[in-house]
Amino acid sequence: MTTRVLVTGLGTTSPVGGDVTSTWSALLSGQSGIDTIKHDWAGDLGTQIAGEVAVDPSDVLERVKARRLDRSGQLALVAALEAWADAGFALGDGDGDGTDPERVAVALASGIGGVQTLLTNYDALKEKGPRRVSPLAIPMLMPNGPAASIGLAIGAKAAVHTPVSACASGNEAIAQGIDLIRLGRADVVVVGGTEAAVHPLPMAAFGQMMALSKRNDEPDKASRPWDKGRDGFVMGEGAAVLVLESEEHAKARGATAYAEAAGAGITADSHDIAQPDPAGLGATRAMKRALVEAGLEPSDIAHINAHATSTPLGDVAEAMAIREALGAAAERVVVTSTKSMTGHLLGAAGALESVATVLALRDRVVPPTINLDDPEEVGLDLASTKRDLPEGDLAALNNSFGFGGHNVAIAFRSV
Amino acid sequence: MATQTDILNDLAAIVEDIAGVDAADVQLDKEFIGDLDVDSLSMVEIVVAAEEKFGVRIPDDEVKNLKTVGDAVNYIDKAQG
Repeated sequence: MTTRVLVTGLGTTSPVGGDVTSTWSALLSGQSGIDTIKHDWAGDLGTQIAGEVAVDPSDVLERVKARRLDRSGQLALVAALEAWADAGFALGDGDGDGTDPERVAVALASGIGGVQTLLTNYDALKEKGPRRVSPLAIPMLMPNGPAASIGLAIGAKAAVHTPVSACASGNEAIAQGIDLIRLGRADVVVVGGTEAAVHPLPMAAFGQMMALSKRNDEPDKASRPWDKGRDGFVMGEGAAVLVLESEEHAKARGATAYAEAAGAGITADSHDIAQPDPAGLGATRAMKRALVEAGLEPSDIAHINAHATSTPLGDVAEAMAIREALGAAAERVVVTSTKSMTGHLLGAAGALESVATVLALRDRVVPPTINLDDPEEVGLDLASTKRDLPEGDLAALNNSFGFGGHNVAIAFRSV
Repeated sequence: MATQTDILNDLAAIVEDIAGVDAADVQLDKEFIGDLDVDSLSMVEIVVAAEEKFGVRIPDDEVKNLKTVGDAVNYIDKAQG
């Protein structure tokens, strides 16, 4: 008998809101978080728009705590503290909430890591010399820094992990959390992703890959998955965290579950370092594996939160993959891309979109894909407006794919 | 010429900024690590910030001798000549 894994806490800080309630409400109302980048450096770039977080982490975190973290770590901590409190846990070790720290783990991903710390310290090194490099630079820039700081904050002693698989990282962290619980290595796992790469170097680098939208004069219309006018993704920043918990542990403490994290499917394309497999074969296999692991049939799936980043090739390849994975059942699935509003949060994307998927199952409503004015004929029911889901037992998938040929699909079930 | 009080006040502001210790608690007899909860990495940051503020050089070998705030104030005072 496979251990059931429940989602008992949610947290986020995103381009559309500083917490789960504001983010979910913004997504349901079709509100874009994309805007012109306010920093001076943006003027030199081909792409001058991004989805920066709606609430700056320095407005939320203690000043001294914030200055010891990379921006990606700050965002992760904000989201994790919300999720941890939402699940009904107290902070720190031996806190009397009945949870054994040795049974608590963290799997918190990032696609790019502490890139702002790395580059800021490199600037200091060049301009002022080695003595001006921060002694905190290494713990701030290391990719596992955000995961470790969350582990410290909540007192996690089972293990702290940082899966890295570019834009699939957030979903891979969720998959790892499910595994940790099913393998009996932890009862509670704080999972998710964080990204803070709105900085000239990653922006320039993605720009050189021709991956970014250049719709600078209409920021809120730039991210338009499946619309024929799409011209690339929009960089987003933020973090999202879910608390996963074994059913037994959740029941014992009387926790309320949002949904069940029923299974994951992870595959690799082995096709190209940056391009997705044009037939979406790896993505298809990931979705199929997630269904098998979750014990679901294609006809059980009511909703898919797609990876759909608003790139010309990727959106269409994913649609083909969905049709291939689900067969005839694909036509009845309500498909959306919340990236149309948040932009692409890279290593945090899968986590933020899993939060949205979980809430869609709980509230029986799917957020719209905005800017879908002239849709591609992809043979799917794309949610160009907010859509209701039926009552009863429902399941949903969240897809994330990353440079390197990483494909991760997570299956959630209503509870 | 900065007095020891001036140095103490400026140093206290640096410690507050970097380590979050209330500047009023940064007194001459307080140990950075034992009393003020300054960790070793923050101590490096404080030293570098103090070098910049007071225009002195505090070699790495000297830092371990600066146990109390008073040690640091005396060192900076002498180094400023």
